[in-house]
Amino acid sequence: MAAPEFRTPELKPYPEIPVVVEGTMAHSQPYVAPPEHQQPLGYPGELVEDWQRVAIDKMGELVAKYRSLQVFLDACVKCGACSDKCHYFLGTGDPKNMPVARQDLFRKVYRRYYTLSGKYLPWLVGAEDLTKEVLDDWYRYFHQCSECRRCSVYCPYGIDTAEITMAAREIMASIGLGQKYSNEIIAKVYKLGNNLGLPQPALADTLEGLEEDVEEETGVRVRYPLDEAGAEVLLVTPSADFFAEPQVDGLIGYGKVLHQAGISWTLSSHASEAANFGLFVGSYQNMRKVALRIREAALELGVKRIVFGECGHAWRVAYSFLNTLAGPFDFLDSRYPVPQHIVEVTHDLVKRGALTLDSSANDERRVTFHDSCNIARASRMGNIPGGQFVLPREVLSAVCNHVYDMRADTIGEATYCCGGGGGLLTDDLLELRVKGALPRMQALKEVVDRHDVTHLVAICAICKSQFAKVLPYYGFEMDQILSLHQLVGDAVVLGTKQ
Amino acid sequence: MSALTVIYALLLYAATFILIAGLVYRINLYARTPAPLKIPTTPAPTSVPGVVLRMLGELVLFTSLFKGNKPTWIFGWLFHFSLLLVLLGHLRYFVEPVWAWVAVAQQLGVYAGSAMLLGLAGLWLRRIVVDRVRYISAPSDHLMLALLASIAATGVVMRTASPTDIVAVKAFVLGLLVFDWHPLPGDGFLVTHLLLVAVLMIVFPFSKLLHAPAVFFSPTRVQVDDPREKRHLASWAADLESPRR
Ligand code: HEM
Ligand code: SF4
Ligand code: SF4
Repeated sequence: MAAPEFRTPELKPYPEIPVVVEGTMAHSQPYVAPPEHQQPLGYPGELVEDWQRVAIDKMGELVAKYRSLQVFLDACVKCGACSDKCHYFLGTGDPKNMPVARQDLFRKVYRRYYTLSGKYLPWLVGAEDLTKEVLDDWYRYFHQCSECRRCSVYCPYGIDTAEITMAAREIMASIGLGQKYSNEIIAKVYKLGNNLGLPQPALADTLEGLEEDVEEETGVRVRYPLDEAGAEVLLVTPSADFFAEPQVDGLIGYGKVLHQAGISWTLSSHASEAANFGLFVGSYQNMRKVALRIREAALELGVKRIVFGECGHAWRVAYSFLNTLAGPFDFLDSRYPVPQHIVEVTHDLVKRGALTLDSSANDERRVTFHDSCNIARASRMGNIPGGQFVLPREVLSAVCNHVYDMRADTIGEATYCCGGGGGLLTDDLLELRVKGALPRMQALKEVVDRHDVTHLVAICAICKSQFAKVLPYYGFEMDQILSLHQLVGDAVVLGTKQ
Repeated sequence: MSALTVIYALLLYAATFILIAGLVYRINLYARTPAPLKIPTTPAPTSVPGVVLRMLGELVLFTSLFKGNKPTWIFGWLFHFSLLLVLLGHLRYFVEPVWAWVAVAQQLGVYAGSAMLLGLAGLWLRRIVVDRVRYISAPSDHLMLALLASIAATGVVMRTASPTDIVAVKAFVLGLLVFDWHPLPGDGFLVTHLLLVAVLMIVFPFSKLLHAPAVFFSPTRVQVDDPREKRHLASWAADLESPRR
């Protein structure tokens, strides 16, 4: 990549809503998927000849298959409540990054071809033909949405721009205009079982290395097992956990927790990936195919429970969709929810006093917790609504003595996306990622100034990679982002319980 | 029977038919379209009564809009609840004898009509002044406000500056209901008011006014958050499940 040719937004004393400046991000778009990344997903290799007709037909098909689309396309009253809620708008001022304007890129085409008013009075209702220019805008701006659902919280009808973005991406992929980053990754999952393309022997090696490192550091042989039939728990975790920083420290933490709790567990090389980029592309079929690997692995290894590691969108697909896509899971132990989040497991152990924790191990750290968008607004943990905000914070408070929340309108259901979610965590979108991180960086700066916070803690592999990349742009250090289970792992006292 | 009466009677029948048929078609479409995945915006209720509460909040208090934007919420709420009051007051043209509570609503008519105008003015001002909202507005968004404001304004004028022959209007409306037509007074304000109402009824099922029925079908608001407990499977998704291990 060439050196960045953009200015990092300034962190102001108070967050500001930018004035609308058209076209500020019109140059931002990701690389197009080449044929070898399109075809394994069932999409044409390149832009098909009659793309306009195919796209419009596909639009009709999707609108008939998804109630969300049908309702959302009709219901918007252009009230503007969502217009200042998207981090990409706040970071760029480009009006097409306002959620409603992003939807309108889709809606104006839908109106033109599928509504009476748009067919006969297009000028009145803002309907437009699907021209090459409109398609170009689609490719740009539907890749400036991280599908974070923040807009849907504030819309009086719950209109979720993410649903529109997903449909638009699926339509584009279906005419041969896929996005390289996401589609390449899905193709890798089909071939090797994970996003990074790690084959089984490399994975085994990495895990063995981890065991040695942990033993060297703690003197205890904590196991990081792979493909062990008969284990109780199948742990499915994002492949970044295998060696990216700070993700790997999280994996070390899960291992320590499970070791101390005496729960036998295993990873699977067949399902060595929690991420499911089928979600980002909006493809039910691809999402299902990726999800089925987990079912297959669970059956093959004969486990009783499925637990997911720290990953935001993966937890959305797991919590909200896995039962639909790959269920029913009646062959698993019915005393546990299927699937469970590692935070639910750890939280339960902490509450039962099953772990000996030395929170002073984290005394050097003053932390704040970043709610990942997909966990916050598209899933749950525990058995009460909003448990996804409570459980991680209770775990964090149990292992660290200095925890401070960021401003209330930037956490919980109002949390801001890290700026790199939804299939945008790629260097060809770096400017967008840096600018989209503005609201989170702003809120972080406030707690740094007020409470001397030293670290941001997250439970999502994408958030972690994204922050490691963008923190330096805002004057922080890349290692100020930590995995929740890194802090847990550091606080767990290994050995027989005293 | 004057030409005016005939034209208006036919117009109002047509408008009513289009409104009802259009809404039935649209609502049926929403109900029929499958929702393949569980997508409630969380935190979401984990039971049906919880969802009923959530929806009551959305319908009566506009809770999400309240979180989203206070000025829009104030003006929007003012507009909708005065509209509701005005509509209830209008029942007096449809029932005989007039129910007591309808009489109360109709007593408040002028205030409700004025509040409605105030709400609409606030919404319209915002649409013009705030650069973001201006950017997303199509001509139809302005026209819709103009239409509603004109209806409200002609209504308020008939209640204040230029009273119309209410007894004759009631006879006309009651007559329409039983297909026994009575003459419509040729009052300019009244004729305009009714014409605009007919236009509103006709555009309703083809416009963003569909937000009223659509909100009841919005998956992010009406779905129960229980995907781990209950397997959710849409019909077309079930078809993908060829026999598998
Ligand atoms: C279930 C019933 C309804 C609900 C829950 C509802 C809710 C809302 C909400 C929350 C808004 C956004 C805020 C605002 O701009 O006011 C809105 C806008 C609007 N509603 Fe409704 N509404 C309902 C019925 C109606 C009806 C029956 C009409 C007209 C006949 C109507 C006309 C409008 C108009 C014109 C707007 C856009 C206002 C603007 O341009 O800013 N609504 N509605
Ligand atoms: S889903 Fe998130 S990224 Fe997409 S438009 Fe809404 S707020 Fe912006
Ligand atoms: S908040 Fe909802 S209804 Fe209002 S403009 Fe945004 S998407 Fe449309």
